[in-house]
Amino acid sequence: MKKAFSLALVPVVALTLSACSGLGSADYDRIHAEAVKASFQANGIATLDYLKQDPSNELCSAADVAGKPLDEKTARALEEAEMKTIKWPSDGQFLGDWKKGESIAQSGRGLTWTDTAGSPNGGNCYNCHQIDKKEISFGNLGPSLYNYGKLRGVTDPNSPQAKAIVEYTWGKLWNSRAYNACSQMPRAGHKGILSEQNMKDVMALLLDPKSPVNQ
Amino acid sequence: MKHAVVHRRLLAATLALGAGAAFAQGNTALDGIAKYREMLQDGNPAELFEMKGEELWKQKRGPKSASLEQCDLGKGPGVLKGAFTELPRFFADTGKVMDLETRLIHCMVTLQGFNEADLYKAAPSIGRGEGANLVAITTYVATQSKGMRFNLPFNTEQEKTMYQVGKRLFFQRGGPHDFACATCHNTDGGRIRLQELPNLSKNPGDGVGFAAWPAYRVSNSQMWTMQKRLNDCYRQQRFPEPKFGSDVTIALSVYMGVNAKGAESIVPAIKR
Repeated sequence: MKKAFSLALVPVVALTLSACSGLGSADYDRIHAEAVKASFQANGIATLDYLKQDPSNELCSAADVAGKPLDEKTARALEEAEMKTIKWPSDGQFLGDWKKGESIAQSGRGLTWTDTAGSPNGGNCYNCHQIDKKEISFGNLGPSLYNYGKLRGVTDPNSPQAKAIVEYTWGKLWNSRAYNACSQMPRAGHKGILSEQNMKDVMALLLDPKSPVNQ
Repeated sequence: MKHAVVHRRLLAATLALGAGAAFAQGNTALDGIAKYREMLQDGNPAELFEMKGEELWKQKRGPKSASLEQCDLGKGPGVLKGAFTELPRFFADTGKVMDLETRLIHCMVTLQGFNEADLYKAAPSIGRGEGANLVAITTYVATQSKGMRFNLPFNTEQEKTMYQVGKRLFFQRGGPHDFACATCHNTDGGRIRLQELPNLSKNPGDGVGFAAWPAYRVSNSQMWTMQKRLNDCYRQQRFPEPKFGSDVTIALSVYMGVNAKGAESIVPAIKR
């Protein structure tokens, strides 16, 4: 079994070396793809489907390897395509219960090979963001979201004045890449991490004037 | 005797940590871990694994009833000092780039006559049988390079290829959360909650990142090697599981090891 996956690399390298000196970027891309195919195995709900990249992940990964951002045209095209994936709340209500939103934001569980299908997923929010000031164990890979609604002047989330920021926040949570082509933030709605109701509850945590986030 | 000392110190430190954690969270929790590490300096539980590993290294075992003392880890048969801080590297006798763990399996097969497939099957179970033995031997061998600086030879086409494959893996986004290794490990000063994240795209400093493993994990009382560390990274990244010793794990180790050139190995480290 071991031989099958390790030897896969060697003949490729040897053959190419005998033909010319040194390998190019395209060769490394191909050998990388072969290594991925040979090295991973499905475990529980983490099947090999997890490895399939959509155009966005493919292009963003390649840009990261190259060490330069996507060109403007490609980035805008990707954002447009991602924007089309956003599903707006079916009943027109954007906000749920901030208390439930807080527990979703706290949880980092779900979708690993030690999780079971159908168990509730967390939003992983505190892993990267400051949110409620009372929670001092927060990550810093994303910006602070403390006072998120207050700082944006949201006093009544149902008012016409708040419409733009409420819709933007929903869209950003649903599919962050609609606004930033290679955003590092998980696409919580688009990838099915959070349900529509989960989304509403997290929205309330960020935008409800009564939420501790906005005190 | 030494075992008893280690256990007593571990118990005392655990009690101290428990008391500390009860008072407050946050930075106090980090301080608690730092204090715990300090208290364990003379009695790191990893020493138990190291001692077991030394016994296994010298013991005649396997169908050929041979020890591992003639195992060539890259610096000649039986040379342990400095071997770990030059791994993974290319081995002409197998035609492969190997890390410490896959090289040890190779020696267990060639010198002691163990069955290769059986060892690969046992290796992921770090708490029992030959899996636990491999963890102990890995800890023993790695510890012989304690205080030395990583300096992978990185001078063959095969190693350069593995580095390039590792770089592509590092930036490979996928799974339901679109995570890559780089999502968390491509920035300086990053944190998940309060956990500090090493920037693995460069030398993150002495005794952090690649230079911190194998390590004893306080949270689950287990000794983790780099293979186990990578396995659990991919679990949390929401990827499928990498097979033990697979090209993906070797390539990422080459990428991190080459980037960590000059970083001091503090093996065996203590982690939360």
